[in-house]
Amino acid sequence: MAGGHEAIGNPAAPLDAAGESVWSGGASPYAVPSKKFGMWLFIVSDSITFSSLIIAYSYVRLASPHWPRPFEFWPSIVNATVMTLVLLTSSLTMVLAVHAAKHGDRNRVVRWMLLTGLGGVIFDVLHIHEWIGLIEHGVRLFKNPWGAPLFGAAFFTLTGLHMTHVTIGVVYLTVVAIGFKRGKYTSDDVEVSGLYWHFVDLVWMFLFPLIYLLSAKTA
Amino acid sequence: METTQAASEAAHAGASKRPIYYVWITLVVITGFETFLAYQGLELKVMLGILMTLSIIKASLIVAYFMHLRYERRNLVLTLMPAMLWVIAMLFMFFPDSIRLYELRPK
Repeated sequence: MAGGHEAIGNPAAPLDAAGESVWSGGASPYAVPSKKFGMWLFIVSDSITFSSLIIAYSYVRLASPHWPRPFEFWPSIVNATVMTLVLLTSSLTMVLAVHAAKHGDRNRVVRWMLLTGLGGVIFDVLHIHEWIGLIEHGVRLFKNPWGAPLFGAAFFTLTGLHMTHVTIGVVYLTVVAIGFKRGKYTSDDVEVSGLYWHFVDLVWMFLFPLIYLLSAKTA
Repeated sequence: METTQAASEAAHAGASKRPIYYVWITLVVITGFETFLAYQGLELKVMLGILMTLSIIKASLIVAYFMHLRYERRNLVLTLMPAMLWVIAMLFMFFPDSIRLYELRPK
């Protein structure tokens, strides 16, 4: 970027690999593209949002002696475990998409990214099925047939926010996959979209045990 | 910027896929263990502690390997992680109060 003026100000300033002074503004202290750094900053802020919600939920969960335990092993816990495996597998296919992108294999990138998106769609379908089941049992935001009324608010808020992220992710991955195929986007764009998808997966690693397993119906 | 992109691509292109498969298997095994644990009749506080710990291990594996942070420059890790972890850790100050509410509630 700014190449020559630092030599006038300070000819002895250290140079980076591109031959620019680290004080000139041309050096990259993190050695990542700016889009990738931007996504990391988004992830940091979003993880604090999710953490606040998860900790608020855990607070209410611990403090409530009559917290409902509506989730039967079959179908709810099995369903949620399958959802977890689907998300984990979609993260694996996303890593393979990024790997293919770095090797310039456009067809494989599109295939792996669409498979990742398919994982997101399956996750959403299973989750909506779960929501409908609870709603049919009379669970609402501030009431339910079993106990602590905040169960519905906690469940729908946390899983709803996460499902929104998954849905946005599916659209995002599809757009990037098509754009990469057409040459509009680079391998960095694929990697940045992958960061977002892995973050969505990461959040579910907290929601699954805290929301489902802590409310599993045991004998 | 081109040097940055080249460095990033070289780090990815040179990386083997094998650790990724191991990480995926580990994550699946931990998930199975968590589900098993849910039916062991442990006390709620103990369950919450164990599940949180396992979730943090899973999250660390995802960040390190899937999100590639393990292979990034240390500057990036030190800029992103400590502040975020500190903010999240500060939220934990509410937990003793939730336990107090539970233990000291009118019975």
